[in-house]
Amino acid sequence: MTAEQVWAALEEIPDPEIPVVSLVELGVIRSVDVHDGHVHVEFTPTFLGCPALEFMKRAIEEKVPEAEVEVVTDDSWSTDKITPAGREKLRTAGFAPPAPRLVQIRSQVHRCPYCGSTDTTLENLFGPTPCRSLRYCNGCRQPFEQFKTI
Amino acid sequence: MNELLLGLADDELVIGWRDSEWTGIAPMLEEDVAFSSIAQNEIGHARAVYELLADDADALAFDRAPEEYRCAPLVELHLLDWAHTIARRWLYEVADEIRIAALRDELPVAAKIDREEPYHRLHAEMWHERLKDEPRFREAVRELWPYALGVLDPGQRAALAARVGLDEVDAVERGAHDASFAALHDEMTMVRRSAPAGAQW
Repeated sequence: MTAEQVWAALEEIPDPEIPVVSLVELGVIRSVDVHDGHVHVEFTPTFLGCPALEFMKRAIEEKVPEAEVEVVTDDSWSTDKITPAGREKLRTAGFAPPAPRLVQIRSQVHRCPYCGSTDTTLENLFGPTPCRSLRYCNGCRQPFEQFKTI
Repeated sequence: MNELLLGLADDELVIGWRDSEWTGIAPMLEEDVAFSSIAQNEIGHARAVYELLADDADALAFDRAPEEYRCAPLVELHLLDWAHTIARRWLYEVADEIRIAALRDELPVAAKIDREEPYHRLHAEMWHERLKDEPRFREAVRELWPYALGVLDPGQRAALAARVGLDEVDAVERGAHDASFAALHDEMTMVRRSAPAGAQW
């Protein structure tokens, strides 16, 4: 198996909580290393308390049985690791994608994923999973979920 | 270092447990969600730090006798009213920020924890802003202040006092447990004790 094949296989694993994006698009696959028939996958959780952590690890092991999966809990993941394709998929599914960190620090603008309006208000910093906040769009009068920028 | 990390992990586990007690009974639905989510994060932080200290995080988290836990009494208190609960959340987040900032350069997982914490701090600050002039809240902060100091090593307490705007007093130190901890420990370890070793979930 080549590294490219491993990446392609991992592209097919959906995020268990937001299945419109794959683990690769979510940016949680930190590295794939293949040598001498040995496959080593480094995987970082989004949030440390993510209950899907074990589930994702098992999904990788099932998809690439020869892989040895290492969970890395350093600070290498941020929402900036979500790929452009992943962001667009989140948006079309009704999740406002996280703004890049540098942008979010300088502005408090949050855009509605449905109508694009920036006239939105915070309903709750916390939502159904650790990575989401709840907002309301005053433009199209629609509540929506905002992927937190971290 | 291990003693410090065990204290940190025990703090996060126990405050996560205490915060989760508001799930379903918080004064408003948003806070049910917020406290549940914060509790989940804190317990996740505890797990990540336990994993640094032991091969089996669950064994370290749940197989110790009550007197072996290193958590600060602040996180153990069984608080049944909102003013005290918010006072603790706010004091704990300020103290935890000072502690994590001191660790983040040498400990990768501390940097990861620090990345998640701004949302807890925002939540605590929003509530602090809302309640800071309420007499009941100010009284709760004063009451919990000696406990909050006990979260940090003595060398970090001046920074906490400056942030909170109160004078340093004698701290309620780690080591002794609050009377309510025995019942909490019993509840927290119940599932683990009732399942045979090696049970799969």
